[in-house]
Amino acid sequence: MPTLLALDASSNACSAALMIHCDGRDEVLSRFALAPREHTRRLMPMVDELLAEAGIELCQLDALAYGRGPGSFTGLRIAAGVAQGLAFGADKPLLGVSTLAALALAAHRRYHLRYVMPALDARMGELYVGAYRCRDGELESLAEDAVLPPERLILPKGYEDTDWVGVGSGWALWESMPATVQAGISQCFNELAPAAEDMVRLATRQFAAGEGRQPHLVQPVYLRDQVAWQKGR
Amino acid sequence: MRVLGIETSCDETGVALYDTQAGLLADALYSQISMHAEYGGVVPELASRDHTRKLLPLIEEVLASAQLSRSDLDGIAYTAGPGLVGALMVGAATAHGMARALNIPVLGVHHMEGHLLAPMLEDAPPAFPFVALLVSGGHTQLVEVRGLGQYRLLGESVDDAAGEAFDKTAKMLELDYPGGPAVARLAERGDPTRFRFPRPMTDRPGLDFSFSGLKTHTLITANRLREAGEFDEQGRADIARAFEDAVVDTLVIKCRRALDQTGLKRLVVAGGVSANVRLRERLEQETAKRGAQAFYPRGRFCTDNGAMIAYVGAQRLLAGERDDSTMKAVPRWPLAELMPPAA
Ligand SMILES: Nc1ncnc2c1ncn2[C@@H]1O[C@H](COP(=O)(O)OP(=O)(O)O)[C@@H](O)[C@H]1O
Repeated sequence: MPTLLALDASSNACSAALMIHCDGRDEVLSRFALAPREHTRRLMPMVDELLAEAGIELCQLDALAYGRGPGSFTGLRIAAGVAQGLAFGADKPLLGVSTLAALALAAHRRYHLRYVMPALDARMGELYVGAYRCRDGELESLAEDAVLPPERLILPKGYEDTDWVGVGSGWALWESMPATVQAGISQCFNELAPAAEDMVRLATRQFAAGEGRQPHLVQPVYLRDQVAWQKGR
Repeated sequence: MRVLGIETSCDETGVALYDTQAGLLADALYSQISMHAEYGGVVPELASRDHTRKLLPLIEEVLASAQLSRSDLDGIAYTAGPGLVGALMVGAATAHGMARALNIPVLGVHHMEGHLLAPMLEDAPPAFPFVALLVSGGHTQLVEVRGLGQYRLLGESVDDAAGEAFDKTAKMLELDYPGGPAVARLAERGDPTRFRFPRPMTDRPGLDFSFSGLKTHTLITANRLREAGEFDEQGRADIARAFEDAVVDTLVIKCRRALDQTGLKRLVVAGGVSANVRLRERLEQETAKRGAQAFYPRGRFCTDNGAMIAYVGAQRLLAGERDDSTMKAVPRWPLAELMPPAA
């Protein structure tokens, strides 16, 4: 199994996690802090602490990963910058992990949930949302990660009768969601945030699937691309 | 000491390699001007996204052109401010990540200190102390420079920066963004005697500037020509010429005063507007008259670039100054707060 380091700054939380192997077993070491606007101060010491705790150097990693989004634009770029810089400096491949997939995995690992719709508040009256089927730590995406207003949220086609669970800050917009969605969601965990400890697990699978890339090719995935309006439109 | 310099404070991604013994080894720049031109100005979010796409490829390009590998670097400097915070963050994060992986020191430096010291990259650099005129899209300042980190603000614009006034005038004259060079080109064909625009704040002592009144004057003149049906190619060129003459005159008068006041004989002119040919001509005459000398960075180091950041970073890193593990992004940061290198 590969040794991986993952970073995340996509929300108010800041986190880092290391996947290592001792005595034939996988082990995940992690740091997590709710630290709004403090990512620039907290992220690098977390990396240092993890490497020290595991007693390894960056050059012993097989790859690095970061929460590629969706999430706070600036946060995504902080994590991307640090991860790209580390990977480029250490000459290692990089992976981008969906923050929504990480949320889904968090719900699955903690509560053994199978059908999870992660959603994050995207501001401007919209949310980022995905839909995942989770089995034995494996995730399958049932609808592409998207940005949309809560009023337009739908359950994934063919899974309208499934018992879905909502996770993440996006579910705070519950009141604005269509009745069909509300009826299909049996439970919500608004307080779960994307975390590197889930990303490092997802990244391990992505790495095994050959998804590691040169660092500059692994860009944030913002989902919201309309951020400016051209003259005269 | 070989230092990588990274500039991402606004709409150009600049990267360079400076060696404290051999000098500048390589530099590369990616300008987003054409992208922002579609929006009539810099869109901060788009600028930040583009830095994230372009930075590593530029670093690779610079290393390749100097025939060096990343392990040959001894330090990394990046622009920590002032500038657009999201854009600054890209350079800061990447610099810190890379420096950590390579186990070398990293330092966030001041963008305007980079501009101030950009002439040091030339073959005949000015000696300390000197007076510096910084004229860019965001700044118009006169600074007394005694040494690295020893800056005293002599005067600055109380409203618009000179470059900003050029850009706004360009809009009034229906020229494309960025406006400075376009106004200067149009002014070449203008009649210098048709209009005379005010020279703001030159009739009283002091080294501060103001360009917003000049902007209003330009607008009124443009509107008058339009009403008279004379807002043709020649009319616009005449306005451009009157505007340029007024700005250049104002800058020259204040530079002369700053040299008098400090008793210094060296004048450094930096920032985007220092590319203006008429300004350079007038400053040459003025300095020659008083046995002083003017220094300019080469054209491509007048505007934002990585070389000036690599240079300043190298001087400070060499003196032992470095960041701790916090990435610095300081959108507002007065130049006068800078200090000599802190080891
Ligand atoms: N030849 C010129 N004459 C007058 N202004 C110019 C000329 N060339 C560039 N400029 C002005 O310089 C500014 C850009 O300089 P730069 O140092 O990049 O500024 P900033 O980084 O503060 O925007 C713009 O306002 C532009 O219009």
